[in-house]
Amino acid sequence: MSTSEKPRRDTRDQIFSWLTTGVALFVLVTMVGIVLALCYAAWPSIKAFNISFLFTSEWNPPMDRYGALIPIYGTLVTSIIALIIAVPVSFGIALFLTELSPAWLRRPLGTAVELLAAIPSIVYGMWGLLVFAPLFAKYVQPLLASTLGKIPLIGALFSGAPLGIGLLTAGVILAIMIIPFIASVMRDVFEVTPAMVKESAYGLGCTTWEVVWNVVLPHSKTGVVGGVMLGLGRALGETMAVTFVIGNTNFLSSASLFMPGNSITSALANEFSEAAPGLHTAALMELGLLLFIITLIVLVISKLFLARLARSEGAKS
Amino acid sequence: MELLARRKLINKVALTMSMLAMSFGLFWLMWILITVLQLGLGGLSLDIFTQMTPPPGAEGGGLLNAIVGSSMLVGLATLVGTPLGILAGIYLAEYGRHSWLGDAIRYVNDLLLSAPSIVIGLFVWTVVVANTGGYSGWAGIVALALIVVPVVVRTTENMLQLVPNSLREAAFALGAPKYSVILSVTLRAARAGVVTGVLLAVARIAGETAPLIFTSLSNQFWSVDLGKPIASLPKVILDFAMNPDENLQRLAWVGVLLITFGVLTLNIVARVFFRQKH
Repeated sequence: MSTSEKPRRDTRDQIFSWLTTGVALFVLVTMVGIVLALCYAAWPSIKAFNISFLFTSEWNPPMDRYGALIPIYGTLVTSIIALIIAVPVSFGIALFLTELSPAWLRRPLGTAVELLAAIPSIVYGMWGLLVFAPLFAKYVQPLLASTLGKIPLIGALFSGAPLGIGLLTAGVILAIMIIPFIASVMRDVFEVTPAMVKESAYGLGCTTWEVVWNVVLPHSKTGVVGGVMLGLGRALGETMAVTFVIGNTNFLSSASLFMPGNSITSALANEFSEAAPGLHTAALMELGLLLFIITLIVLVISKLFLARLARSEGAKS
Repeated sequence: MELLARRKLINKVALTMSMLAMSFGLFWLMWILITVLQLGLGGLSLDIFTQMTPPPGAEGGGLLNAIVGSSMLVGLATLVGTPLGILAGIYLAEYGRHSWLGDAIRYVNDLLLSAPSIVIGLFVWTVVVANTGGYSGWAGIVALALIVVPVVVRTTENMLQLVPNSLREAAFALGAPKYSVILSVTLRAARAGVVTGVLLAVARIAGETAPLIFTSLSNQFWSVDLGKPIASLPKVILDFAMNPDENLQRLAWVGVLLITFGVLTLNIVARVFFRQKH
C-alpha cells in the first residue's frame, strides 16, 4: 500500500510547495508591478517636464503645465509638524506604559492608544474639518499668533488670518494619527531593555527619569529612530484626513503655516477623477510615483534601524 | 543635598509630563468617539438601513446602497486576499524561512504593509480601470485585496513561527507528508492567530477611502453590479461631508458612526478572541 501511495503523496507535496512559492512570489510581483505601472503612467509627464517637475511651483491644468513643488512642500511640512508634536508625546506615552503605569492599567491603556490607530482616516478627516478646525481657529491659532507669532524669524510661521484649515491643522491631525504607531514601537523597544541593567541603575540610586534617560533610551535608541521613521512613513502617505483639512490650493503666498496648501495625497484625491487624460493624469501619476519613492526610502531607513537593534539584541543574548 | 533635591525635581517634572502625554493621547480618542456618538446617534433611524442615498436638497434618505456596496467590496476582497495571504505566509514560515528568496519576500511584504494605500489605488487604476473601460466594483475589490494580503501574510507567518518545532517533528515521525503536516498540524495550531489577522485586515479595509476614489468610485443608486461603479460607505461619507446640505451631512455622520464602531468592535473582538485562545 505504501509503495503505491508514495508517488501520489510526493506530487501533492510538490504541488503544495509550488503553490505557496508561487503565491509568495506574487508579493514581489505586486511591488515590481506598482513601480512599473506608475512609471509607465507617469512617463508623458516625466518626458515633458524632466527634473524641473520637482522645482516648479506652477500647477496649471488649462495650460497643461505642471510642477510638484507645492504638493511636495505641503507633504513635507505637514509631516514635519506631525513629528515635532508626535515624537515627544509618544515618548511620554511609552515611558508611562513601561515604567509608571500600574500593571492592571497597562493593557487597557495600551489598547486605547492602539484603537487611536484603528479609527479610519476618513473619520479623522470629517471630525477635523467640522469639529476640530473651527475650535482651532477660534482658540488655538490666535493664541499661537500672539505668543510664537511675536518671536522674530519663526513668527512669520504663525501669522495671517486664523482660517482653521491649512498646513498647521493638517500637521496636528497627522500627529494624532501617528502617535499610536510611534508610541507602540517605543514601548516595545523600551521593554527589551534587560531588567538587570535597569535594576543596577536603580540600585545606584538613580531616579526613574535618570534610568529612562541614561539607560533605557541609549539602549534602545536605534529602535526609537526606527519607530519615528515608521510614523513618518505613515504621515507622508496619509490621504483622507489631510484632504479634508489642508485647504487644497496650489498657490502659496506666504510662509505662514496658517495658510491653506496642498499635499501630494490631497492633490491626487481631489483632482484625479476630474483630470483630463493625457498630461494632467500623467502629472498626477508622477506625484504618486514620487510619494511612493519617498515613502519607500523612509520605510527602508526605518527597517535598517529596527534591524540593527534586533541584531545587537541577538549578539548580547 | 541640593543636588538630590534638583534630581528629584527633574524626575517629578518628567514623570508629570509623561502622564500628561498619556492623557493627551486618551483625550483625542475620547473627543473623537464622543463627537461621533453625539452627531451620529442623532441621525440614526430605520430609514438608514432601508432607503437609498438621497440627492442634494432632498429630505430623508438612507445609506442602504452604500452599506450593501461596502459589504460586498470588503467581503469579496477578504475572500480573495485571505487565501493568498495565508499561502504566502506558509511559504515564509515553512519553506523559505532561511532562504534569500524568503528574506526578500518578507522584506517587500513589510514595505507593502506600510505603503500608502493611495498608491495601491493608482496602481489598480493604471492596470485595471484604464484597461477595462472604466471604474468598477471589481477594481475596488482588487485594490482592497492588495491591502489585505500583506496584513494576512505578516500575521500568518508570525503565528506559524510560534508553533513549536516538536509538533512538526512529531507529525513527520508519524510519516505525514509536509503539506499535511502544515495544513492539519501547524496551521491548525496557529488558527486563532490567523483568524485574528484576518479580522484586523477586515477592520483595516472597511474604512479605506483613498483606493476607492480611483477604483470603485461611487453610485447614487441601488446597484449590486460589480462591473459598474458601486457605492461604498467611506466614499459616500467623503462626498456628503464636503457638501453644505445639512441632510447629507447628517447622513455622513451616521456613516462615520457605523464605520467607527464597526472597526473598533472588530479590533476589540480580534484582541479578545486572540487572548482567549492563547
